[in-house]
Amino acid sequence: MNFEFGEEQNLLRDQARGFLTDNCPPAVVRRVLEGDELYAEDLWQKIVEMGWTAVVIPEEYGGLGLSYLELVVIAEELGRACAPVPFGSSVYLATQALLAAGNETQKGHWLPKLAAGEAIGSFAYAEGNGQTNAASLQTRFEGGKLSGHKVVVADAQISQLMIVVARSASGDGASLYLVPTDQEGVSFEPVKTLDPATNHANVSFNGASAELLGSEGGGWALLEQLLDGAAVLYAWEQLGGSDRCLEMAKEYAMGRYAFGRPIASYQAIKHKLANMYVKNTLARSNAYFGAWALNTGADELPLAAATARVGSTEAYYFSSKENIQTHGGMGYTWEFDCQFYYRRSKVLAVVIGSEGFWQEKLIQASAQADVA
Amino acid sequence: MDFEDSQEEATFRSEARAWLEANVPSEDELAGLDGMARAKFWQKRKAESGWACIRWPQEFGGRDANAIQQVILGQEESKVAAPETGVFGIGQGMAAPTLMTWADEEAKKQFLPRLASGEDIWCQLFSEPAGGSDLAALRTKAEKDGDDWIINGQKIWTSGAHYSDWGILVVRTDPSVPKHKGLTYFYVDMKSPGIEIKPIRQISGEANFNEVYFTDVRIPDSQRLGDVGQGWQVSLTTLMNERASIGAGGGGTKFSTVKKLAETVQINGKPAIEDSHVRARLASWYVQEAGLKYTSYRTLSALSRGAIPGPENSIGKLVGAVKSQDMASFAIDLLEQQGIVRDADADEMFGSLFQDTYMSIPGLRIAGGTDEIMANIIAERVLGLPQEPRMDKGIPFSEVPTGN
Repeated sequence: MNFEFGEEQNLLRDQARGFLTDNCPPAVVRRVLEGDELYAEDLWQKIVEMGWTAVVIPEEYGGLGLSYLELVVIAEELGRACAPVPFGSSVYLATQALLAAGNETQKGHWLPKLAAGEAIGSFAYAEGNGQTNAASLQTRFEGGKLSGHKVVVADAQISQLMIVVARSASGDGASLYLVPTDQEGVSFEPVKTLDPATNHANVSFNGASAELLGSEGGGWALLEQLLDGAAVLYAWEQLGGSDRCLEMAKEYAMGRYAFGRPIASYQAIKHKLANMYVKNTLARSNAYFGAWALNTGADELPLAAATARVGSTEAYYFSSKENIQTHGGMGYTWEFDCQFYYRRSKVLAVVIGSEGFWQEKLIQASAQADVA
Repeated sequence: MDFEDSQEEATFRSEARAWLEANVPSEDELAGLDGMARAKFWQKRKAESGWACIRWPQEFGGRDANAIQQVILGQEESKVAAPETGVFGIGQGMAAPTLMTWADEEAKKQFLPRLASGEDIWCQLFSEPAGGSDLAALRTKAEKDGDDWIINGQKIWTSGAHYSDWGILVVRTDPSVPKHKGLTYFYVDMKSPGIEIKPIRQISGEANFNEVYFTDVRIPDSQRLGDVGQGWQVSLTTLMNERASIGAGGGGTKFSTVKKLAETVQINGKPAIEDSHVRARLASWYVQEAGLKYTSYRTLSALSRGAIPGPENSIGKLVGAVKSQDMASFAIDLLEQQGIVRDADADEMFGSLFQDTYMSIPGLRIAGGTDEIMANIIAERVLGLPQEPRMDKGIPFSEVPTGN
């Protein structure tokens, strides 16, 4: 049994944590949260220089050709730092969509740009309140042109390339389309969200030039595959944030005195923190299995991904809210950093479908996996 | 990252499997034997070939195996139809490591091989009516009389006292010093005059535990482990091993059984499994179940590279017990009025599984460290949070408030 990360990944984790401690302290998150920047462009450039956008892209497309085990380590560290960069949109979603379904021309054109940070990718899916599904899709592709409206698309305005889920002209099926954003037919309307350290916009397509990605009408299966992979990667990012919440709560509780002793000595606080630890530990173990399944392309991936995603979503919500609670009134102030994680936990909880969406996927996958 | 055995582990696994397949007793060999006799038959056979207590030194009946080999043997044994040997758990898993650490050579030679071969069964005489979670508050007293000690008092929650040959025992030898300093550790012959055993009936209807009364019971000083007053330290050796041996429990009430139930009963005229509320609950439990499974894989991986399991293993019981309780409760609700029937013959598919789980888990959430103590262990020993201030520190045990 060797259900652990290897030495290379452990070294990478140390390196990534050191890099983010230096280059993404809370002041950077706060700068984006409070200012007009859409993302921390300076940090993003350094992340690109570190090669993190290129990790799983094959060398022939300008990538590093490393494995998903390296990518999840980076995802976790970015989550810990609450980094205000478009890593998930560009790396977990857009890059993955191209790797999964792009033809040689598409891959040859976009992957080197994504790897080198010359392009940022985004992913457009939701169309309004509630779940979007194959039957409800309104965005349409006809004669090489895309028309419709997508809502609350992460990193839309800073992306050069958008992957759009839309209905294909020749039938009812969904397909994925590749849309360069720098064109007349694509317009943005920025939206305010729970987390101003991230950026989102509603996107309108008015006869925008678009290319099919993958097979026509076969997009829903491709989308599911894409979401499964992204679920594992987001689960690691969520886990990083959730673990950081436990650390923050612990640090504060050890130093804060009430009634003559550290609040960390009260069982009400100890049990709260023990609960965070339990949830984070179970989530981590599920995320390990998700990483293994993603990395080996195992048949268990749909079940492993849903399990990792539900576990991390639940853990991060719990840890981020109870971190504020442990900090008491100070945790509710603008001045303290607890808010970063409470905001981000919810943004990441819905980015590729909520907990309920993934619980449903889990049950469907368990029927296929013949769970003992 | 993989789930494969190393070369060495694979070799050991095939050796273990081969021995088990060749030696598991047939039904003919076991015919007419009750559960205890079957357990002893199988344990003896394992010991004769060096497959009992394999982590122990060879001289005491083991084969100097490592922790991962122990796990592999357990996995392989669970695949063959071997008799259940749980009755040896306390002796082999708790008394033996304590003897190995604290007993003299003569006692080790006398007791350890008999523990390995299942000839002797041991019980643990620790908890008392006044000392549960606060174990060191125990009051059973020992007074020196020549080369003997005279024991008076009462123990409680003693599993298997009625069929045990020996017991490990912590008692108070000095009430005038602070409570952890006045304890001493012995082992005692359970057939000693003055020991009286009364079964305790549990809410489940079973009687797995006993009260054990001591009235002027004589124990020779040679059966003391550690120094007089060192009993707490010796107890910690036992307790560290207890935590490792109490599993998650809950038996058959797990995701797959409750899901199967949900496929057979209806909500609003449709199979319950199609109800979104049912699906969400099931998914959450699956996440916990998988989380525990993969946490154990991570522990095994750590064992495999030679690490020692730590207090983080408290998670299994803490999460697993209440999960089983909630799932059983949910399953009973799914069955509606029929769900309250507790009769093993009443339901072909599930028997009384959910009802039995519902009635047994309250005990599991208390045994071997309550949920609250487990959470304290995680908070203090894993996260390093400070203990609560205590009213019993630094004062003689006799002056500690008792509420009486």
